[in-house]
Amino acid sequence: MLKLEDIKTFTLNVNGEKKSVILGPTDVLLDVLRDKLGLTGGKPGCENGDCGACTVLLDGVPIKSCLMLAVEAVDHEITTIEGLSNTVVQDAFVNEAGFQCGYCTSGFILNTFALLKEQPEADDAVITEWLEANICRCTGYDDIKNAVKLAQNNLR
Amino acid sequence: MDHFEVVGRSVIRKESPDKVSGRVKYLNDLSSPDMLHAALKTSTHAHARIASMDIKEAAASPGVRAVLTGKDFPQYLGLYLGDKTPLAINKVRYYGEPVAVVVADTKLAALRAAELIKVIYEPLPVVDSPSIALKEGAPILHEEMASYAHISAIMPEPGTNIANRTKIRKGDIKSGFEAADVVVADSFSFPPGDHVAMEPRAAITEILPNGQVIIHSTTQAPFVVRALMAEYFGIEPGKITVIAPPIGGGYGGKAGIQLEGLAYLLSKSVGGRKVKLVNTREQDLISSPGHIGFEAKVRLGATKEGVLTFAELSFLFDTGAYADYAVNISRAAAIACTGPYRIPNVSCDSLCVYTNHPFATAYRGFGHVELAFAIERSIDLLAEKLGMDAMELRLKNAVVAGDTTPTQSVLDHNTGNLPECIRRVGSLIEWDKGTVIKKEDGKIIAKGMGCLWKAPAMPTNSDGGAILTFNEDGSINLHCGAVEIGQGIKTGLAQLLAEKLQMSINQVHVVYDVNTTVAPHDWATAASRSLFMVGRAVLDAADDTIRQLCHTAAAVLRCPEEDLTVANGMIFVKDEPSISLKVREVALGYVYPDGTAVGGQVIGRGKYIARRLTSLDPLNGAGNPALEWTMGAQAIEVELDPRDCSYKITRAASVMDVGKVINPHIARGQVIGSIGMALSFAGKEGFLLNERGQVQNSDLRSYKILRYGEQPEYLIDFVETPQGDGPYGMRGLGEQGVIGIPGALANALSRAVGKPLNRLPLTPEEIWKSKEGKK
Repeated sequence: MLKLEDIKTFTLNVNGEKKSVILGPTDVLLDVLRDKLGLTGGKPGCENGDCGACTVLLDGVPIKSCLMLAVEAVDHEITTIEGLSNTVVQDAFVNEAGFQCGYCTSGFILNTFALLKEQPEADDAVITEWLEANICRCTGYDDIKNAVKLAQNNLR
Repeated sequence: MDHFEVVGRSVIRKESPDKVSGRVKYLNDLSSPDMLHAALKTSTHAHARIASMDIKEAAASPGVRAVLTGKDFPQYLGLYLGDKTPLAINKVRYYGEPVAVVVADTKLAALRAAELIKVIYEPLPVVDSPSIALKEGAPILHEEMASYAHISAIMPEPGTNIANRTKIRKGDIKSGFEAADVVVADSFSFPPGDHVAMEPRAAITEILPNGQVIIHSTTQAPFVVRALMAEYFGIEPGKITVIAPPIGGGYGGKAGIQLEGLAYLLSKSVGGRKVKLVNTREQDLISSPGHIGFEAKVRLGATKEGVLTFAELSFLFDTGAYADYAVNISRAAAIACTGPYRIPNVSCDSLCVYTNHPFATAYRGFGHVELAFAIERSIDLLAEKLGMDAMELRLKNAVVAGDTTPTQSVLDHNTGNLPECIRRVGSLIEWDKGTVIKKEDGKIIAKGMGCLWKAPAMPTNSDGGAILTFNEDGSINLHCGAVEIGQGIKTGLAQLLAEKLQMSINQVHVVYDVNTTVAPHDWATAASRSLFMVGRAVLDAADDTIRQLCHTAAAVLRCPEEDLTVANGMIFVKDEPSISLKVREVALGYVYPDGTAVGGQVIGRGKYIARRLTSLDPLNGAGNPALEWTMGAQAIEVELDPRDCSYKITRAASVMDVGKVINPHIARGQVIGSIGMALSFAGKEGFLLNERGQVQNSDLRSYKILRYGEQPEYLIDFVETPQGDGPYGMRGLGEQGVIGIPGALANALSRAVGKPLNRLPLTPEEIWKSKEGKK
């Protein structure tokens, strides 16, 4: 008789859709989003929690999906960059060119999105505290800073 | 009629909506169920003999399709010098060198099996700096050097650790020394490091039954990859297709040949199946090539009035275990060795030296950020000794048109206005308000300056091409071989085309992926030359398009072809615009009311090849290797706390003469990005190597780079002296912004602590040690 031990079907709530996925106990959330659900907007940059390119929102809070097991995300609302469309934050990143190569961009946008929802009046110190979690190697951070400011103003 | 002013406007990047939505597909985003996955086993020693390797357990591990070691692939490969096998054979020469690789059904199965490979090493003495590598009796890292194939422009010296030596001899050092009233001599250095592109390198390769080799790669140079793969493995070039999707940052690190050769061999080992090889961050930092290390000795002399009389320079570039681009980096540094200063008597020996460090490849600035650190520090030391203002000394000796470069080629009328750059940067940073200011709280504000020049270092026959095809609405598809690496090249080229054809930029469609079987030949997306060279090709293709449109339209409109012109989606008689046709009526062939069709589709063809470049004379370096020179001046302001030597970079100013600025926002972004990268490099970065040559900081938790909030206020300006042969008068600017910054930062901090800081990175601890005179 077939005996199923280590993998099981779970439901992940991603970008407002319920997704049925087969998960093993060691599957990392980033890999599941990318390889099983085709949501490749979150990137592996270091797979060590240092760079933030894999950032997604869990119940609105930014987390590094390379450091979370997929099973831990069951029963939570996961938002990936694919779940945002024409938001004020995305528009601001376009208008201020808050990216160059774009590899870190999903992480910066999701982090900014969560920050401005949580603390719409965040000052420079708070913005820095949030965004120093992510690394960008292209922009020297100036256009990202301008994008965050623009988004903050436009949300007021 | 609308006038389309597209050049000089901050047009939003074409790829913007896709990039902010996570919808751009980078290489590692591609996957398919038929794909096999590879994982590397890397060396734990910097220099060792491989005594034994046991792969039995790994090969028996579940899901494993192949386990391969160096002996399976005995080919020597290399960009300019064939010094490296895809996997180490018998001996490892750096910590992190790949020694074996596993191909398996899943990434996890491959990683698991790689852990099961057992390697026993017999450690060898480690060569841990280029100066030690040159000492008598130093271990020779490449005993087989004499048998390595290499291009004629480089000169390896078998029996030594020297992979290349470039000599510059201009004027007469002895008379320059005699003419000098003041001479400074000092040494400068920094360790090797990494580009840290956020996207680790990756390759996917498959071999089809008809022999077609399809390589997807995170490459800045798909055509270089095609040519070298054909050469190494004896494949017909036409049987190789290299596809370069947009890449997640390159900075030179993806400009050579990287994982492609190994990925091809892996596919071959499993019957041509598709194999994906992706670096982990740790492998991307140390196994794949990074930023070159450097040791320099500078002697610089001037009259008491501050006129430079001679420069005697010794550059030792630490290429690590293999040469890759570094043999050309040391050469490029020799070509520009003095920095942008008028020095009549120059002697420079620029060596590319093997050590047991991770190996080096192209890095933004390509030899210039390195030489400029040594030169700009020396200029400040000289100013101090002369009792002269450091900006004044720079202004006095800045090159202008008519001066000669170290290779004795004359700077022509296209030369940028460096004195103007220096004056403007001085006013941006408020140099005249003081360069050292003590604050009441004990902190010290200090400023430093650094100048730059750079020409592309590239083969004399470097080229670019463009093909334009039309859609039914008269819009154009722009095909070219330049890779989008975040620099905005596709947008810049679209701007040139839209301006030339007087059309809306929204009517120009760009293709993100470069496919070498489809796109026209292009040397490489490197050396800040794409907008110049591919831009010239695009303008040529636009002319070709106009000719074809007017040719067909002339027959239909029954008028002379030369009386017609194209603008605003119309082809019309210049002096009687009402006689016209729509571009879309002609672009895919004109159809008469009775159904007869003429003309056929318009396909615009454009090309450009570098003009009148020559090789260098091996004895004195004379020649004309530079397409164009971008000049500039930069300055940094820091606020230092003398108690613990921690500091904040408060302002960074940069003024570069880049000719016509095609897209101000993108240009500014390139310069600011360069400055951020250079501040990170000079202030924080570099491998920490132990006495056994092992890298102690091979992840992003310990290899620190600039983070949000650490950036200064950026003050950016441009001088726009037109480049006669550049599209609309532009010059390259993608790399140049890094070059003056390390020197400027070191000059500012040296001024703040009152001690010469001649080693990077400038961490508070290192500054404190210098200040306190500790080792």
